[in-house]
Amino acid sequence: MKLMIPAEKNSMDEEMSLSFGRASGFILYDTDAGTDSFIENPGKDNQGGAGIKAAQAVIDSGAEVLLSPHCGTNAADVLKKTDIRVFSSRPGTVRGNVELFLREELSRLF
Amino acid sequence: MKIAVLSGKGGTGKTFVSVNLAAAAGRAVYTDCDIEEPDGHLFFRPEKISEEKVAVSIPSADNSRCSGCRKCTEFCRFNALALIRDNIYIFEDICHSCGGCVLLCPEKALTEVRKEIGIIRRGRSEETEIRTGILNTGEASGVPVIRQLITSLKDAGDIPVIIDCPPGSSCTVMESIKDADYCILIAEPTIFGRYNLDMAYRLVRSFGKPTGVVLNKYTSGRDPSEDFCRENDVNILASIPFDRDLGRLISEGRIAVKEDKKWEEVFSSLLRTVSKEADR
Repeated sequence: MKLMIPAEKNSMDEEMSLSFGRASGFILYDTDAGTDSFIENPGKDNQGGAGIKAAQAVIDSGAEVLLSPHCGTNAADVLKKTDIRVFSSRPGTVRGNVELFLREELSRLF
Repeated sequence: MKIAVLSGKGGTGKTFVSVNLAAAAGRAVYTDCDIEEPDGHLFFRPEKISEEKVAVSIPSADNSRCSGCRKCTEFCRFNALALIRDNIYIFEDICHSCGGCVLLCPEKALTEVRKEIGIIRRGRSEETEIRTGILNTGEASGVPVIRQLITSLKDAGDIPVIIDCPPGSSCTVMESIKDADYCILIAEPTIFGRYNLDMAYRLVRSFGKPTGVVLNKYTSGRDPSEDFCRENDVNILASIPFDRDLGRLISEGRIAVKEDKKWEEVFSSLLRTVSKEADR
């Protein structure tokens, strides 16, 4: 399955982003293939509605799961209309959070 | 002549000065652009009220026509549109009513619908006409209400128009001062007041408006706002002393120029000063 994780850099071993809507980009991690790719966040510098653009990017990527520190109302409105599951991430690296998710140690945000 | 009264910081005395300037002028239009909490009407208690609605256009999607081309979601500068599972969702609070998405849609899946966001109330108090803009609770932007209010002033003719501006120095204030001939800045003797006076002053300068300051709640001792005026060569139009009796009068919703000749003279004089300055 595909996981989406907000990140500042294109690296699984760097700290994940503290923000969802304003993250530099997202790492799309494929749990089956073990591969990752970086997607720029199209809305990160927008004056408003950044969460909507970020949520749109998650939907467009085909990810089924989003690991996020939190989620604003606008982004949540968008994501709740899909089947994407959103989990509450913990401070740490992208890889660390992926592992926590796979061990079912992260709780559902919605 | 259109006189806008603004301050930056709230609570400095914009409404006090605007209401009394209009009352001193008598035949005038008092325009309340503080659409989130208009209070000029509390002093004037206008009669013969008429109302008109204020509405904006927002898009509405017919998803059966949507091809998922994304021209609309990519176009919108404000990110007010999202494509989720082949359906277009519109975020009404974020939409700025530019109409662009409706024009761009190749399938004509978007149409414009009207959304009411507020009202404008008109009334009279003796010779003064009172126009009040009111934004509906929960709406994101009061700018369209102010725009309609300011546009309506074209029918005022030659009588003085006093524009009571919202607090702050952003979009709503800019809309309120756009057509003004003169801007009066109301200052209070505090550091926070001075900081906001600075921002309001820079705003009116960037709009190229002639301006002057009224130092309100003036006391003996340091006045940071007065210092600002002297440091920046800003014209001081008047100083209104801090006065407990005046405070009590205002808290009772009374109009100072109607209660005491002294205030009538202060505001008539201010009106004359501003008229002369505006003509230069």
